[in-house]
Amino acid sequence: MSRYELRFSGAGGQGLITAGIIMAKAASIYEGRQAVQSQSYGPEARGGASKSEVIISDTIIDYPKITKCDALLAMTQEACTKYSDDLKEGGILLYDSDLVTKLPEGNFKKVGFNIINTAKNDVGREIVANIVALGAMVALTGQVSRENAEKAVLSSVPEAFIELNKKAFNMGFERALAASK
Amino acid sequence: MAYDYEKYIRPGKLPHIWCPGCGHGIVMKGLIRAIDTCGLKKEETAIVSGIGCASRLPGYLDFCTLHTAHGRAAAFATGVKMVRPEMNVILVGGDGDGTAIGGNHFIHACRRNIDMTYIIMNNKIYGMTGGQFSPATPTGDKASTTPYGNPDPAFDIAKLAIGAGATFVARGTAFHANQIDKLIAEAIQHKGFSVVEILDDCPTTYGRRNKFKSVIEMMNYLKESTVPVKAAEKMSPEQLKGKVLTGVLYKEDKPEYTEEYAKVIARAQAAK
Amino acid sequence: MAKKVAFLQGNEAAAHGALYAGCKFFAGYPITPSTEVAEVMSIELPKIGGKFIQMEDEIGAMAALLGGSLAGVKALTSTSGPGLSLKQELIGYGCIAEIPCVIVNVMRGGPSTGMPTGPSQSDIMCAKWGTHGDHPAICLVPASVQEVFEETVRAFNLAEKYRTPVMIMPDEIVAHMRERIVFPEPGELEVIDRTAPSVTPDKYKPYDTSFGDVPPLAAFGSGYKFHVTGLNKMQDGFPTTKAEIVQAEEERQVRKVEANKADIMKWEEYQIDDADVVVVAYGSTSRSARFAVDEARRAGIKAGLFRPITFWPFPEERLLEISKKVKGFISPEMSLGMCAGVIKGCIEGNAPVLGIFRVDGEPVNPGQILDKIKEVK
Repeated sequence: MSRYELRFSGAGGQGLITAGIIMAKAASIYEGRQAVQSQSYGPEARGGASKSEVIISDTIIDYPKITKCDALLAMTQEACTKYSDDLKEGGILLYDSDLVTKLPEGNFKKVGFNIINTAKNDVGREIVANIVALGAMVALTGQVSRENAEKAVLSSVPEAFIELNKKAFNMGFERALAASK
Repeated sequence: MAYDYEKYIRPGKLPHIWCPGCGHGIVMKGLIRAIDTCGLKKEETAIVSGIGCASRLPGYLDFCTLHTAHGRAAAFATGVKMVRPEMNVILVGGDGDGTAIGGNHFIHACRRNIDMTYIIMNNKIYGMTGGQFSPATPTGDKASTTPYGNPDPAFDIAKLAIGAGATFVARGTAFHANQIDKLIAEAIQHKGFSVVEILDDCPTTYGRRNKFKSVIEMMNYLKESTVPVKAAEKMSPEQLKGKVLTGVLYKEDKPEYTEEYAKVIARAQAAK
Repeated sequence: MAKKVAFLQGNEAAAHGALYAGCKFFAGYPITPSTEVAEVMSIELPKIGGKFIQMEDEIGAMAALLGGSLAGVKALTSTSGPGLSLKQELIGYGCIAEIPCVIVNVMRGGPSTGMPTGPSQSDIMCAKWGTHGDHPAICLVPASVQEVFEETVRAFNLAEKYRTPVMIMPDEIVAHMRERIVFPEPGELEVIDRTAPSVTPDKYKPYDTSFGDVPPLAAFGSGYKFHVTGLNKMQDGFPTTKAEIVQAEEERQVRKVEANKADIMKWEEYQIDDADVVVVAYGSTSRSARFAVDEARRAGIKAGLFRPITFWPFPEERLLEISKKVKGFISPEMSLGMCAGVIKGCIEGNAPVLGIFRVDGEPVNPGQILDKIKEVK
């Protein structure tokens, strides 16, 4: 089955809903696959744990929510603890290694690096941490090509921030590859 | 020379439902004269009302008439005016319809300063339902639901309109019949949201309960309890005690809502 | 030329569907989870010379909507549960005065404030019975972002064709999820405009049944003058209490929809022909159901899906037919049995109806449905 389920989680305000939307756009608009994105709404989306879910498939996606998570991004400890229960055996957990210190038990691939600090110090702006994380998710999951994901990123950000986001995306992609070796 | 009201009245729709002695008919005639003075065309004029005795008025007049739900005249009319800003829009209704159940729509129509004229016939009572007290019933008065006297304070409808942002506010009475058309005509000609409160009488459900022995007494009360705003300038506070001012109480020029929205359209199209 | 493609939320698709249908007026009041509809309309309408107004409350929005439509344009509002409750009196006004308009109601948890951001399917009876008095009801329940667009266009068509308010009710999941949408080219989807009167203003009557059950509606400000009221009315629009006229007019108002059910009803059947178990599901729940039906088929169980796209009028005749050859129905729904009750109402006891009722703000998941399918013997 081609159905692949991703969850981007962290704290409200970290831009994870946007990251999920861009991932889904990359798959459905640029890669020519099917994708559905949904998210948690309400007070929960502004502080506390927040999540954005993406289903990618080559056939029609009926159930739009996660049944068994293939890949989880956790940008905070709280999100990691709250959302890792349904992570699939053999799945992927990507986490910010500065913020997530207690990793869940389980037979899945755990890849961590300092996502937020990479954005802050190496890319130059903390605000693009979500795009660094997206680049990393694209690299780890292989659901969309690097080129198509980059196109989706660039079509989703204001003109003035294209270079910044491009840098963030590619740095995330590279760091994840390095960290998963 | 007798004025030709027939020209504006729908054939076959009279007699009206109003009781003998009710002032609504006087207001309707004043409205007709005002419309005539302003030269409004029937097809280009919408008369909108809510529910109640006064709200039956549009049915008698030969225009685009919309008898809406209780309290909702201003909101329905806002939709009409937004879509067709070139139409003349006149609202009519009573005190309960306009300031209780329709109070929110009323104050927001004032705030927007949308170009319409609202004629509120204030007879201080819910007449159609049998005389329950309204937000305009004075404290202490009797109504079918205030058998021991009304504990509620009353709205000053004209002040409410001014406070909410209406840019033309006038008050007349059913007694001063010849002034009604002049106030309404000035309100219609004013660009923006205009309110004309007409102090009216309900002999059937208000007068009887509040010691008015006849319609004439009620009319005399309207005469004696009011003072033209000009005359009031020369009167002492003692002389003005208990008197209600009539005439044009407030007038200012402010941006009108549909014209402001036309600017929104221009901005949106420029940015396209 | 390649068609325009976008990645949109259901709510955004509703707004774009309305624009495709020729909507020129929006009156609304902010309420979660429907606000994106208003936001898109506030951006797009002025660009095409249309008008957007945010009213002071839900009732005012419904009133302005009716006023705007009466002034001659296609009109839209959007709301959610509490707003739908508040709008009900004026929805009835739209029914009796026969003023076309479209109401997007995003279904969230209730009653009252309930769960503003949680999905629900519990407004479905409110869509039919919310306003007092006998009246027609049309309610559409799309299940995907693309379908929200297309059904919003159809909602306008039905509103204009039958001169009545039409509701389109995506649940919160459908309203907020994002999917790819392919914009139809102009002309690709049918767009029905209001029938203009064929008589001169002096001969015009707003409810003139010599033109059939749906008399043409003139616009205020277009040269026609007439009376509109929420009272029982005669053909000329003026109020009456004459028994035979009131009876005839009330019946006609309801008949506009009842006699045209075939035109209005729409549903989808999936794996129904040989099915032993039929899941009846709509909106986002139908997506879980389809997933479960596929799983059941893989496990050798003959399951099928019946998906109403028009909820009112409900496709009851077809469901009755199906009920004669199945062992059972499943009604998974985000309400405590509203849809199950409707199903029971049309199948004359031919088969049991097993419910899965969730009102906890979570969708009915495919596993729950599969388990229930397995219970049918």
